[in-house]
Amino acid sequence: MSMTFEKLKEIREETLQHMNLRGLPTDRPNAPYRWSVAICMETSCMSSKAREIKQRLLELIERDGKGDEIEVVGTGCFGLCEAGPIVIVRPGETFYYHLNVEDIDLIYEQHLLGGEPVRDLIYPESITEDGYLSYFDIPFMEHQERIALRSSGHIDPEDIREYIAFGGYEALYKALVEMTPDEVIDVITESGLRGRGGGGFLAGRKWRATQASPGDEKFIICNADEGDPGAFMDRSILEGDPHSVIEAMAIAGYAIGSDQGYVYVRAEYPIAVERLENAIGQANDLGLLGENIFGTDFSFDLEIRLGAGAFVCGETTALTASIEGRRGTPRSRPPYSADKGLWGKPTMINNVETFANIPYILLNGPEAFKKIGTEKSPGTKVFALSGKIKNVGLVEIPMGTTLRQVVEEIGGGIPNGKAFKAVQTGGPSGGCIGPEHLDTPIDFDSLTEVGSMMGSGGMIIMDEDNCAVDVARFYMDFIADESCGKCTPCREGTKRMLEILIDITEGRGDETSIPRLERLAKTTELASLCALGQTAANPILSTLKTFRDEYEAHIKEKRCPAGVCKALTNYFITDKCIGCGLCARQCPVSCIKGERKELHVIDTEQCIKCGLCFEKCPVKAIVKK
Amino acid sequence: MIKLTINGQKVTAEEGMSILDAALAHGIEIPALCHDPDLKPESSCRLCLVEVDGRRWPRVACGTPVRDGMVVETETPEIRATRREILQLLLDNHPNDCLTCQKAGECLLQKYAYEYGVTFRTHDGARRGGERARFTDTSSPYILRDESKCILCGKCISTCAVLNERSVLSFAGRGFETKVAADRDETLEASTCVSCSRCVAVCPVGALIDRRVREKKIRPWEADRQTIQCKACEYGCEYEVLEKGDERVIRPLAPSEGRPLCLKGRLYVEAEVSSDLRTPFKKEETEKGRKFVRTTWIEALELDRILDRITSTESESTK
Repeated sequence: MSMTFEKLKEIREETLQHMNLRGLPTDRPNAPYRWSVAICMETSCMSSKAREIKQRLLELIERDGKGDEIEVVGTGCFGLCEAGPIVIVRPGETFYYHLNVEDIDLIYEQHLLGGEPVRDLIYPESITEDGYLSYFDIPFMEHQERIALRSSGHIDPEDIREYIAFGGYEALYKALVEMTPDEVIDVITESGLRGRGGGGFLAGRKWRATQASPGDEKFIICNADEGDPGAFMDRSILEGDPHSVIEAMAIAGYAIGSDQGYVYVRAEYPIAVERLENAIGQANDLGLLGENIFGTDFSFDLEIRLGAGAFVCGETTALTASIEGRRGTPRSRPPYSADKGLWGKPTMINNVETFANIPYILLNGPEAFKKIGTEKSPGTKVFALSGKIKNVGLVEIPMGTTLRQVVEEIGGGIPNGKAFKAVQTGGPSGGCIGPEHLDTPIDFDSLTEVGSMMGSGGMIIMDEDNCAVDVARFYMDFIADESCGKCTPCREGTKRMLEILIDITEGRGDETSIPRLERLAKTTELASLCALGQTAANPILSTLKTFRDEYEAHIKEKRCPAGVCKALTNYFITDKCIGCGLCARQCPVSCIKGERKELHVIDTEQCIKCGLCFEKCPVKAIVKK
Repeated sequence: MIKLTINGQKVTAEEGMSILDAALAHGIEIPALCHDPDLKPESSCRLCLVEVDGRRWPRVACGTPVRDGMVVETETPEIRATRREILQLLLDNHPNDCLTCQKAGECLLQKYAYEYGVTFRTHDGARRGGERARFTDTSSPYILRDESKCILCGKCISTCAVLNERSVLSFAGRGFETKVAADRDETLEASTCVSCSRCVAVCPVGALIDRRVREKKIRPWEADRQTIQCKACEYGCEYEVLEKGDERVIRPLAPSEGRPLCLKGRLYVEAEVSSDLRTPFKKEETEKGRKFVRTTWIEALELDRILDRITSTESESTK
């Protein structure tokens, strides 16, 4: 069908009637629902039975014929993945967390039928003297501002009409009908939006370069090959609001003169792929993709290409090669993608999150966008917060928020009273930022200054129990494994650096280890072909800078201060031992001996350092040294 | 014409030329293992890094086009140190076999290691192809492969892919475990390899060796060498005759200017100039897959029909 602005508005009004309880100014005369139950349907919550919870609730509603009063919506991510599966009951945005499937019966009976929230199942931090805070008012959400995730948690990502109800495809209409391609690019440039995939390149400049590049056939690519350890920002956007990316790609197509786009997404994201496919189908059905969109001359098709999980395929030239069906290895630049990209044609590649910002900027104007964030890094950034942090999940914060705010306030601090050690940003290309830099504002340039980088948004928190050398070893293991093997420094150098790090963690380090690491780091940085190799040594360099004493303890004293590196750690029982014998019974190799009610002893020769005794001791009499 | 400065020398170059080619045209050699004038630049060995406009970040000379006013330094201490490191990384994964390697004397790795003073060293780290040199694929009567010597420059793959119907070789695996594979990692015999020896002709090290030259134990510096053209077809591919005492062997030279190289041509040249005719082999599809089988020179050079005709004509005329 062909779409017009009137039809778009019609769909919007009609759908809004049914969305009377969801996140928009409501009070609609025909408000049909008394309750709206939002259940997060993203990978993380689905892995803890969100689907079964939704199914059970639908059964109960069906049984009692309450379908006219209660709506159940599967939505995108709310952010606090740690609390999943998450169920939010509107009105009130009452926040139920860590639910079991049978809990939903109680919520149904007591809250939805009886009007009384189930206090025991409500997220503790949202309980106040006066009642229950809305999910969006809990401390976790306080410093957050959602642009890329603006519709996540509010709409059903599988229903294009709900996206339209929330203002979706209006930006596309505005671009196609009211603006010239140049004007669109001007707005994007003016907004100062920088690439959210890691590089931080000005999006507007990239769009302009591709527009200016001569050629009849051009391509738009969305890079959804998210691969950093601990990162799931792009997956979440695609699962929670796929249309925001589709709409943005069509806008980009109009701006640079392309009628074909590709989303390159990893096959390990089956839910994202499924929702994206569904969304593309719906957009085509409504005429929001395809021929003559909004009755204009502009046509745009979108296809999905699945990546097979190689990390290097996030690099633009490798990604392009992979779409073309070739081995996904990077090539030397120039030529740049803007001149010769996919199949040798001018190609504009942006990351998922970058695209997700576009409709917002077009609808609200560059000024509104620039008001958020810092001067050189306007807007927000989505981070996947994980590691040794209380609130594991997805956060979207204005640029300029400090690391401390993220760790201590949004993240809720380090669990179990442990001390903060470092925050790792930028994935394997980034670095570890120590406590002395916790007040660094999060923006592209400041993170680079302290030896890390923005990257795509992975943020892993480490506490005193993490060993800096072991962390460096982990990232180098990842990079050596993911190196494509094309260029000498990365292929050979990362392997050698990994070998040295393994030697250090296993007690074979010597005085040459650090100088050798530093030399190899410099070579891979200067001589590698692509950014993967050029930044491969960053985890080593950044940990060496902040935690050199830990490296030296491993090398000189053959000691792992954090007690992580097994070869360098021994377990001992102190005289706090009460002789309960629990450790001896737990020990899988029976290397703990001792009489009942007397001090036990670990045979360190036999010990396999599994740490079971350490965990089980009721009086914490066992120490690692 | 583009004007630039290389090592203080003002030079001119054509638009679109790489720094490496521009330098070479003026007698300035930049070390490179993966570069081949007949192939697209891979920029994978990273040895040809040069300093451009005084910037810290070096550029590859093979993949960077010249620009007006560019100032290139090819031999700064920094650049030389980085090249030494790269060579060391390659040597750490290369068997110490120069004494008995067929490629000695014309091996580029050997040449640059000598030039940069980089030596083999013992280490406990991994080695892709094992510590000792050994032929890892002896299935072909024409080509010997030694993967322990392969530096993964990719030239064999690129040259094999120049002819669409060949494209036998490709990279397999990734990272440190990357290797060059024939079809689905098969032997040269079992693969669709047509024994044209393009790969052997471009290999910069001893990873791909001409078996027949090897068996004659002739290394290039001890032989009288002469380039001849194959007359089997109009392409006129080039071969080199190596002559030592009474022995004479031939080997294919790098295919250039669109010349394809082929087995028939090779055998044709061999039949013409080799000191002795050694059994030719051809590949046949059998129930057990592709096999090299002995054949006759007449069959190998497809002379049977011609010979039949000549014989019958001659016998008729003598009647």
